[in-house]
Amino acid sequence: MSEYILEMYNITKEFPGIRALDNVSFKVKRGEIHALCGENGAGKSTLMKILSGVYPYGTYSGEIFFNGEKLILHSIKDAEKKGIAIIHQELALIKELSVKENIFIGNEPNKNGIVDFDQMYLNAKKILQQFNLDIDPNTLVKNLGVGQQQLVEIAKALSKNASLLILDEPTSSLTEADVEILLKILKKLKENGVTCIYISHKLDEVMEIADTVTVIRDGKTIGTDSAKNLTKEKIISMMVGRELSQLYPREKHFIGEVFFEVKDFNVYDTKIQNRRIVKNVSFKLRKGEILGIAGLIGAGRTELVSSIFGSYPGKWTGDVYLEGKNVIIKNPSDALKYGIAMVPEDRKKEGLISLMSVKENMTISNLENYKKNLIGTINENRELLDVKDYIKKINIKTSHFSTQVKNLSGGNQQKVVLAKNLLSKPKILILDEPTRGIDVGAKYEIYKLMFSLAKEGISIIMISSELPEILGISDRIIVIHDGEKKGEFENKNVTQEMIMQCAIGGRSNND
Amino acid sequence: MIKSDKTEKDIIKRFSGLNLNIKLYTMVLALVAIWIIFSVATDGNFITPRNISNLLRQTTVTGILAIGMVFVIIAGQIDLSVGSLLGLTGGIAAILNVWYNLNGLVSIFVALIIGILLGLWNGWWVAYRNVPAFIVTLAGLLVFRGILIGISKGYTIAPLSTDFQFIGQAYLTPSSGYILGVVAVFLVIYLVLNSRKTKAKYNLELPPLWIDMLKIAILIFFIGLFIFILNLYRGVPLSVLILLILMLVFSYISSKTVFGRRVYAIGGNVEAAKLSGIDVKKITLILFALNGLLAAFAGVLLTSTLNAASVSAGQNAELDAIAASVIGGASLSGGVGTVFGAVIGALVMASIDNGMSMLNSPPFWQFVVKGLILLIAVWVDVISKNK
Ligand SMILES: Nc1ncnc2c1ncn2[C@@H]1O[C@H](COP(=O)(O)OP(=O)(O)OP(=O)(O)O)[C@@H](O)[C@H]1O
Ligand SMILES: [Mg+2]
Repeated sequence: MSEYILEMYNITKEFPGIRALDNVSFKVKRGEIHALCGENGAGKSTLMKILSGVYPYGTYSGEIFFNGEKLILHSIKDAEKKGIAIIHQELALIKELSVKENIFIGNEPNKNGIVDFDQMYLNAKKILQQFNLDIDPNTLVKNLGVGQQQLVEIAKALSKNASLLILDEPTSSLTEADVEILLKILKKLKENGVTCIYISHKLDEVMEIADTVTVIRDGKTIGTDSAKNLTKEKIISMMVGRELSQLYPREKHFIGEVFFEVKDFNVYDTKIQNRRIVKNVSFKLRKGEILGIAGLIGAGRTELVSSIFGSYPGKWTGDVYLEGKNVIIKNPSDALKYGIAMVPEDRKKEGLISLMSVKENMTISNLENYKKNLIGTINENRELLDVKDYIKKINIKTSHFSTQVKNLSGGNQQKVVLAKNLLSKPKILILDEPTRGIDVGAKYEIYKLMFSLAKEGISIIMISSELPEILGISDRIIVIHDGEKKGEFENKNVTQEMIMQCAIGGRSNND
Repeated sequence: MIKSDKTEKDIIKRFSGLNLNIKLYTMVLALVAIWIIFSVATDGNFITPRNISNLLRQTTVTGILAIGMVFVIIAGQIDLSVGSLLGLTGGIAAILNVWYNLNGLVSIFVALIIGILLGLWNGWWVAYRNVPAFIVTLAGLLVFRGILIGISKGYTIAPLSTDFQFIGQAYLTPSSGYILGVVAVFLVIYLVLNSRKTKAKYNLELPPLWIDMLKIAILIFFIGLFIFILNLYRGVPLSVLILLILMLVFSYISSKTVFGRRVYAIGGNVEAAKLSGIDVKKITLILFALNGLLAAFAGVLLTSTLNAASVSAGQNAELDAIAASVIGGASLSGGVGTVFGAVIGALVMASIDNGMSMLNSPPFWQFVVKGLILLIAVWVDVISKNK
């Protein structure tokens, strides 16, 4: 057997109006963890979709050899049979089914066609336990947080006994702790001889786990090298084609008076009555301030901001003061009226209308402003100007403004959601994990944008599970643990350790 | 380098412009194919001015229903009650007119108001009581038909007063037809030029002048041809004119207004629509009310055309309307569809009815053929999407 488990030669893939992959070659050694890096829209997911049969043989050009044999896939099922499993960037679980059913979907253990649920339960439990995942196989997936769902996806892929496992940005929605678990799992898999292709924008992880790194840019291979010979900076400059001197472009901005205040927020579980997910949280926000909310996934941060924004489906209590006045926000439309906009955590489910165009998505929450007469005709010219402006401003990579958003790469979709909220000219912008799945170059652009908004006097609330980001961007930080505010820091001399300490339950602050 | 970049962008632009219309082209082509087949099969009788006039009049009821239905479908809902609603409102108008000697226009007006109220009834249950639209409107289908049977006591109600008969049976005189045509042509030219002017004002790229000119020329040709052919028989039927006007108005609403954009958003992703500050409940309510109004319109038109209202009027019409919308490119999972497509779909359905009855084929064949056309239309759509 050759040293390479996988060889892809001269892969070219075109979509209407765009060449996503241009003569890419990519080789993976048996038993290694091979990281694939590149900017948003570079073509990483597309390459992996070809490898996993999502785009079947004949829809691309070039050759693939797997274990030395020419690989011709007509479907995802074909790929699974050959031992290639993929975890897609966008979660693909069925929310109404239980964890065990999701893990074995398509491979249900059965007796003469009757599903053997007990067997399924046991198998699922075994897989979950093997990797120390504390999830009950009978839970419905919709009741899990995004992070845990991601782990279930991984369990699902593992259940297929794959010899080549592809992970497309598996950690973008995981907390540090979950990331640790995942990386451990990957190392264990490697010991068992499984080969992994690992796509991530988090270069720290890449440096920690990868044996080899390949970078692609604009659909072309830029280079492959062993991780030992590389540094984070080197990878970045290969990705973006230039040096990036710093990751967090901090800029001085004026911070004004307190102008928004949240008092005694309690948020209740949608399922279990009287169970509080957020407990008596209060905080203040000053004009032009960037407030970071840190914490572990599942700490209740998303529930807190979505109830402030009026979109939480369950019950909540608490008061909101805007410029000293008590305001009542019953739904997102009220919030938008008061100038509060929110970029939600789950962009596919809550942020985007995938059949609509980039343009239509960007203006959907702001259409009132484009009305040109009483019957509500849209001034499409003005709309288009704004859209083009923002496509340029935050560098959204799309073939055309009328492209359907579902055809954009993951990171670019996130940018569309961001643009949509910026277009509504908010006074307060809530960002729930705003840079999830976004490449370093674009992250930099987004941070710059955040600072320029802050300079204009817009206040920003940013939830982030990435501590370096929290520390690099925020003016002030609050930490939530298990629904309670455990700490508050002015962002001076704060360390990651101090925040982590709070996030896992210790109380402290530096005021 | 810069130059090649630009041409590449141009190509992309044309491509994406074309892409949107491919569905429409295939549909229009399918329609033309059906017409050619029937014309050959009937030795040309199918495309005589007289039959074209009849065919278009036959399209009006399904066409109007389809206009409302496609909106509901785009929003991800369904309305099974429109057939019964059509029968009931048509029946009420006829009862007022015939039994109570009410003036035709007043009877029609009352029927339209009742249409809106029944639509609001449907919409309220769907939007504010969270009962699935399928169930609410299935109930409507039974309830409205039941009420019709009750109030008409099973009689056929006829004949109507002349003013009532007018809307379904009148034709424009040839000269007023042409005047209307000229007005339409000027309107088209004005709109195109005006859009160029405002685009220029905003410094946006203009499509090349010749493309706009070509568009205008093609439109003028079709408007002229349409009026010319209909004038060869008895002139433009008033009911067809009503259908066209409704089509234009609702096309405009769906593609150019805030309301229309929001309907697509709701059908595309309700969650995201809510988070974007869209009042989903209110829009759902309005949609069902609009659909009720249009169904009542169709009911009045049908009653007027037949010069009678009967207990069975509009039975199964909801299925024709749904089929027309889907043939016209709407997707039952929501977010997709056009008013123009739905009307073309209605025309396809009417063409099959009309052509097959000209061929004297037994009526059961019409059901079979329409069913298969529906199936094939959706199948073609599915394949083209997977490519
Ligand atoms: N189905 C599609 N139709 C049209 N264009 C597409 C389609 N899928 C991907 N593209 C385009 O191909 C390019 C590569 O996309 P891809 O999803 O592979 O990027 P990526 O490297 O995974 O980016 P990210 O880091 O943002 O996930 C993008 O420009 C994208 O817009
Ligand atoms: Mg991707």
